[in-house]
Amino acid sequence: MNEAFQSTNVPTDPFIDRSLSPREVARRLSVSRREFLRAATGAALGSALAGASPFVRGEASQRKRKVIVITFGGGARDQETFAPRGQENIPHLLNELAPQSSFFTHVTNRGILGHYVATASLATGVYETLNNFAAVPPDHPTVFEYFRKDLRRPSSDAWVVAPSNGFNRIGQSDSRSYGPGLGATVILPKHLLQAATSGSGTNLNHLLLDNYENPLYTPTLEGDEFELMQLNQILRLSVDDFMKHARTLSSPDELSVYIAKRLMQQEAPSLLWITMHDMDIAHSGAYSLYIEGIRRTDRLCGELWQAVQSEPEYKDNTTMFVLPDFGRDADYDEGGNGFQHHRTGDAASRTTWMMALGKGVREGVIYDQPVQSIDLVPSLGAIMGFSPNLAQGKPIKELL
Amino acid sequence: MQPSQLKPEDFGQYPPKARKLIVAHLDTIRQLPLSFVPNLLREVIDYDFKFPAEQSAIDSEFAAISSLSQADLADWFRGFANISINSALENFDWVNRPARFVEQESAHLWTTHQQDAFREAAKDYGARLLAATPPSQPPVRRLGIAIIGQGVAAYDAPLFRDLRAHGTYFSKLNPENGLQLLLAGVEARAKATPAPYAHWYVDGGDAAEHSSLITCVSYNALGGARAALLQDMQSEIRRPGMGPEELRTHIAELKPSDLGMDKAGDPVLDRFQVKLLTEGSGTQIFSTTFAQWTAREALRRAQPLTLLVRFAPRQRQRLMNEMLSNSNAKPELDPIGSLVDADIGAYYHWINQQRLQGAPQSSFLAWFEDHQQAVVVSPALPRGVESTSEINLGKLLDLALS
Repeated sequence: MNEAFQSTNVPTDPFIDRSLSPREVARRLSVSRREFLRAATGAALGSALAGASPFVRGEASQRKRKVIVITFGGGARDQETFAPRGQENIPHLLNELAPQSSFFTHVTNRGILGHYVATASLATGVYETLNNFAAVPPDHPTVFEYFRKDLRRPSSDAWVVAPSNGFNRIGQSDSRSYGPGLGATVILPKHLLQAATSGSGTNLNHLLLDNYENPLYTPTLEGDEFELMQLNQILRLSVDDFMKHARTLSSPDELSVYIAKRLMQQEAPSLLWITMHDMDIAHSGAYSLYIEGIRRTDRLCGELWQAVQSEPEYKDNTTMFVLPDFGRDADYDEGGNGFQHHRTGDAASRTTWMMALGKGVREGVIYDQPVQSIDLVPSLGAIMGFSPNLAQGKPIKELL
Repeated sequence: MQPSQLKPEDFGQYPPKARKLIVAHLDTIRQLPLSFVPNLLREVIDYDFKFPAEQSAIDSEFAAISSLSQADLADWFRGFANISINSALENFDWVNRPARFVEQESAHLWTTHQQDAFREAAKDYGARLLAATPPSQPPVRRLGIAIIGQGVAAYDAPLFRDLRAHGTYFSKLNPENGLQLLLAGVEARAKATPAPYAHWYVDGGDAAEHSSLITCVSYNALGGARAALLQDMQSEIRRPGMGPEELRTHIAELKPSDLGMDKAGDPVLDRFQVKLLTEGSGTQIFSTTFAQWTAREALRRAQPLTLLVRFAPRQRQRLMNEMLSNSNAKPELDPIGSLVDADIGAYYHWINQQRLQGAPQSSFLAWFEDHQQAVVVSPALPRGVESTSEINLGKLLDLALS
């Protein structure tokens, strides 16, 4: 242990005083987000509001309800997003989405900070402990299984769009009471593309970039007949049309959003879960590419919200959630290397935010109360009318 | 096996200096918890190949914990003793493979939700050690130099935004012969305060001509080792059962001879360079990442008095498998993206320098290569101000150290 390197001569981080406890650091991060957001958008504090639930109850209403969850598999830190200098990177989140949203400034992830296991935890409401790099299903039932079983929904009503190989098992768990036949259909757009381009000699490699959590290892992509069947039968896309559009895109997340929008048009699922990964290029240490990833994700979130407004099945009927799975290491944590990773478990890497907007959500409100990432599934259950019995989080009362 | 069962002969595979050190302090090590000991051994096993500053730190650490009473030892290591370790880890050959144990222990800590407790225990231990063995002041003021933006003709967005708040921003410098003047400044310091591994020059491309008194690491000079590593990785990835964690463990155990570096004459520097490539993330493919990580590791490990880092353009992003396959000998470069990478790299260089002893007196200079912009952080210069002085880089260096 190199104690000389760990001396505390580094000036105080603008956001983090190193003498503070992790809990206090997390609280201050949350307060900073609130102040930055209030300054930028003029949003109100949630603690100042009271009144009946904005969510409309009733079975008929719930049957029409659509929920879209967008997660970032690769945290974005405050200094690159909601802090004053970072705001230039998120014009859509800040100026278009935040003013319409309930913004939760203090979302804690107490689980394993790996993208697959963290996204699985988000989807089950339990801090999963599976191997982050293995293609295994979550141990606990997923939100998709609760949704479909309790509400007797068909498989076409729950979808996951994920860019990376490791996520192909996230749609359903190993749980005996749920599991096979009750999960979401997972669509991996890069597999689609791989299948569509197979043997064509077309160079669309920029859309096949894999996740970077371990940049030294990128499993080989495979696309097969199943993917081509999805393309034809579900998305109603010919290979030619798909390829024609793919040539206009610049990244895997753009491809994912294109597929998600196509799904919204063709299948109109009630529960649609999209994970974005472009910004996780940060693991390669290239700051400029990380910033590009954030800007692209910001734009794509705006595009998805626009798609909600333009699709009759979704307009005025959809609640959209946007949240990173966790953060990234702080510049001043000597155990890490700043933005590059999320390995220290420090407050900056564990604390993030969540935005909820659309149907039933109070607009322009900021909530500082700490919530956990595993509270998402119980909250979705309360909103959509299913019972996530095995989830360990709690419904977020500000959303009820 | 528990540390209490350790015997001198268990360390027969350790290099001679490391073995001698362990045996001398074995009574103390036997009293330490298993969650901690392999972390210590991971450092000690490489003792023979460590920089003088690291050897000194290990010596001090052993001296400090060996001087503790049993009660104090229990108090210092209470946090680690409370960590629960499973039988698989206990039965692992952690004496001879401590690094691998630490990787598996890390996974165990995350899985059992003990990561935060371990982190707190480590921070507490580090604070106690620092208080017991305060590092000595450097013989001269530490100096860091970052040169960024090689190959960029023009860039309109503001640079050094993170550093400007801490120093003086110069906007009208005379950039002529800037690199040579700065390297001459490093050489002068190496002559004035000679010591092994005390004055460094890191280049993200080809190293410019420099004095032999300076320890030099360059991305392009390691081209052969990088190619060998990437080739090794490709063949490992194709092996059945290989996954990311297995691959990481495999490459972490590579030695200079595995990468064709056995002909070089400095085993300490060779080991350091291999670790840059095998332990760094992205150092194998992006020269900007390599330069930033090298600066971090040089400061953390060698604690140099002078460190000049010159960033060079990295290759443009391509499919990761393509970059790892190293198939394109002359990939397209991304000078502007590299400038942005290097800008934050310079900031991290300064942060890492400030973690070392003597930080209040240290100086730091970051320059946009061949351009008129630079920033200097120095106790002698005001913070958050701009200067329109037209001095050259040699004079600016003098000013930084005044």
